[in-house]
Amino acid sequence: MTEILGYIHSVLTGATLDGPGVRYVIFMQMCPFRCLYCHNPDTWFKNQLGARTAESVYQDILKYKDFFNFTGGGVTLSGGEPLVQPKFALDLFKMLKEVNIHTCLDTCGYVELSDDVKGVLDLCDLVMLDIKHLDFDMHLKLTGKDNKRVLEFLDYLYSINKKTRIRQVLVPTFTTDEDYIGKLILFLDNYRGIIEKIELLPYHKMGVEKWEKLGLKYKLDVSEPAREVVSEIKNKFIKNGYDVI
Amino acid sequence: MECTLDKTLPCWQGFKGGAWTDTIDVVDFIQNNYTPYLGDDCFLAEPTQRTLNIWSQVKELMKKEHENNGLLDADVSTPSQIDAYAAGYIDKENELIVGLQTDAPLKRAIMPWGGHRMVEASCQAYGLKEDEKVKEIFTKYRKTHNEGVFQAYTPEIRACRKSGIITGLPDAYGRGRIIGDYRRVALYGIDRLIEEKQAEKSSSDRLNMTSDIIREREELSEQILALEAMKTMALTYGYDISKPANNFREAVQWTYFGYLAAIKDQNGAAMSLGRVSTFLDIYSERDIKNGTLSEQEAQEIMDDFIIKLRMVRFLRTPEYNELFSGDPVWVTESIGGMGDDGRTLVTKNSFRMLHTLTNLGPAPEPNMTVLWSVNLPDNFKKFCSKLSINTSSIQYENDDLMRPMFGDDYGIACCVSPMIIGKEMQFFGARANLAKALLYAINGGVDEKSFAKVAQGFEPITSEYLNYDEVIEKFDSMMDWLASTYVNALNIIHYMHDKYYYEKAQMALMDQNVVRKLGCGIAGFSVTVDSLSAIKYAKVRPVRNEQGIAVDFEIEGDFPKFGNNDDRVDEIATKLVEKFMNKIEKLPTYRNAIATQSILTITSNVVYGKKTGNTPDGRKANVPFAPGANPLHGRDECGALASLCSVAKLPFKHAKDGISNTFSIIPNSLGKTQDEKINNLKGMLDGYMSNMGQHINVNVLDRETLIDAMDHPENYPQLTIRVSGYAVNFIKLTRAQQEDVISRTFHSRF
Repeated sequence: MTEILGYIHSVLTGATLDGPGVRYVIFMQMCPFRCLYCHNPDTWFKNQLGARTAESVYQDILKYKDFFNFTGGGVTLSGGEPLVQPKFALDLFKMLKEVNIHTCLDTCGYVELSDDVKGVLDLCDLVMLDIKHLDFDMHLKLTGKDNKRVLEFLDYLYSINKKTRIRQVLVPTFTTDEDYIGKLILFLDNYRGIIEKIELLPYHKMGVEKWEKLGLKYKLDVSEPAREVVSEIKNKFIKNGYDVI
Repeated sequence: MECTLDKTLPCWQGFKGGAWTDTIDVVDFIQNNYTPYLGDDCFLAEPTQRTLNIWSQVKELMKKEHENNGLLDADVSTPSQIDAYAAGYIDKENELIVGLQTDAPLKRAIMPWGGHRMVEASCQAYGLKEDEKVKEIFTKYRKTHNEGVFQAYTPEIRACRKSGIITGLPDAYGRGRIIGDYRRVALYGIDRLIEEKQAEKSSSDRLNMTSDIIREREELSEQILALEAMKTMALTYGYDISKPANNFREAVQWTYFGYLAAIKDQNGAAMSLGRVSTFLDIYSERDIKNGTLSEQEAQEIMDDFIIKLRMVRFLRTPEYNELFSGDPVWVTESIGGMGDDGRTLVTKNSFRMLHTLTNLGPAPEPNMTVLWSVNLPDNFKKFCSKLSINTSSIQYENDDLMRPMFGDDYGIACCVSPMIIGKEMQFFGARANLAKALLYAINGGVDEKSFAKVAQGFEPITSEYLNYDEVIEKFDSMMDWLASTYVNALNIIHYMHDKYYYEKAQMALMDQNVVRKLGCGIAGFSVTVDSLSAIKYAKVRPVRNEQGIAVDFEIEGDFPKFGNNDDRVDEIATKLVEKFMNKIEKLPTYRNAIATQSILTITSNVVYGKKTGNTPDGRKANVPFAPGANPLHGRDECGALASLCSVAKLPFKHAKDGISNTFSIIPNSLGKTQDEKINNLKGMLDGYMSNMGQHINVNVLDRETLIDAMDHPENYPQLTIRVSGYAVNFIKLTRAQQEDVISRTFHSRF
């Protein structure tokens, strides 16, 4: 193992919303995106305080192996964007796979497909890919970056037949209209073979406080989607044969 | 002795024989006759209209009770006894299981033998007029437990009681935590049990009459009188319980009569039921097989039984309510678990018992306690998890941890105290406040709130910063002093309790040679641990007043806190448990009781906090402690599993009376779908138990629901929440306790 340090924002034991079962989630620092609705803006920046080796995180993870076994859970690398630090991810996943712990990567897909990144994906049991928006300009508007790399990333996942969960945040005026959802369903049809589930994440404002705490201005001015809208979208996916949560 | 029961009687027809037919041996009967159930909950029946009618009548009465300051009615002129009252009913024609504590539903009785002051104070609190005759009898002619205790108390014990370093002692009320084996009434009938007790008494006829023997002979005589009184009481309801029960309904009814006798005889802090579900299942299986009972009828009988158990009431004082809030009586029923032979003890009737939470809605009583084993049938685990998610009414205790020590027929008394049914009992000992003891160590025995010198012969720490080694040394001696003062108090209490308020009904349903435990306990656990951690890993400077008493603490730097699965502090925690236990078990005990301890506060964590000044961990004076062994609210920052693992590390072998953990999680944090939630909760319980956690209360609730219930209690008559070791109707908690519950960690994440 290397002595590469990972810059970690925080860890959470006992998470159930970041992949199957009960999970140990590591929130990494730094992210290429600046999503308007980000609920973890405190992970955007690098902070020396959270630097740890993969080995030390691994030792901590081992304490919870029983819980993973009993619930079908494991470890999720999230963030921030975990693939900003691929060497750390590689170190950690190597160790986890040696002891058969389920690995999950929660990513925005905006990464260069380096050997390290490819190595991480090889050791990853489930990728959870966040589709911010299919449209180039809207993506730029929402995240500060275009979606070219994200789509290439999805192509790559398909090419290596990687089990993938597609996550879509439902943001009114951006990703909830009929037209967009129709396009998304059509688009995802090309990747059906690798899609494990569709996870719909209704936009919420619980992150606003964090922005204010950081002295950042929260610019997104939309309301949370109505329950009916969310269930209508959910039904559309179900009708198209997807497992939706 | 030889059984005088005719083995061909219909009551035992169809049962497989064994040692149980000749000797009182309920376990042998169960093991020879029960049918494990591995299936799911599809067989369960919905409530009948009859059940719903009865329950709605009771709910109406409970509503009136709540509106009337928590008391519907009381009979202040008839001191309660097993056969003191005429029969009472909710709806005579329609009840399947009968019997009330007094002659009317929710009407409370007085039990002055524990202490007349309790009666006096209760009457005052509820605006009742005291009965002059009762007062005269119990102040002039008949001495009570309470008087006896205070005659023997030392000045030091009194000082400790006043300062609150020892609180909640059962010196004015019934000690409880004794479980009669109520199943014996159904299986053997009273006459057979009387024969047994008479034989036990005769066995000492020729021995030297030492005080121990004399006491035992007197106690056995009392037990026989209690058994006779049970028969009389049952007869007022038209039942002859001198012989065994003939069918399922009778088995439930007989068992309940045994329990009813106990709660007519004693106002014990915890009046637990034991482990009756699987025993009763043997009768329902037999009747169903014979075609004399349907599933619907079996459930109806269980529903009716549970309605009765939800109605148990005692007349208590507001001070008592502050300690143990919400009118708890701990009708604890232990359900499930595994047998020593590897078969599960889960039966269909285990499901029926829990299913009452659905049929009648959530409720705090009976205190549903699932004995959890990793090897329990998966269907049962799922069923329990589902019910926890829907009702927050279940607590779980680790059968894999306790079975090797207690066998497969133990039950939980009160919250977390395991004892072998019919063979072990406890001298309940409330708890000592270790956080205060730490402050006494720093201040040389002077109380930080009253400034009175409570512990004599100690010097204070005078250094500018607290030195860990010095604090540990002083704390160690202070714990010696505390343990000895505490155990002395308990010895006095239990001597007097046996003498003036002996539990004749419960003891009549136990073996002669009962094993006695002395159930000590500690409060302020996580505050003490975090304080020691602060002293060790950060710099703590006491702020002293003019008299040199440390009244506050300044902390420089950070320190690891209990609840984050961090060995640096968790080791302090495990050592503390072991250390205090070692001190307690060295001391002589009344009747050679085996000393144990619990880490359990019930709701007294609020009162204890109120009585304790600023602590070196940064907790401010008067702020509630965490309940039981919980990490202090908000200090468990690494998520649910880390918090669970820290508590699971506490060594049960040094706290065999139980280690209570209350776990609250918001529904959406358990998973996205209902199946996910059930799977995750089930797996978390498996994980916690595999890590040797002993007890866990599971609440699946939104904080917002609780806040709304505080403001609109009328909308939440059945909202149930698990607090340390028991469950309460949330709306019955005091405002301070409600706020405390809401301020605790709710594991959540978005």
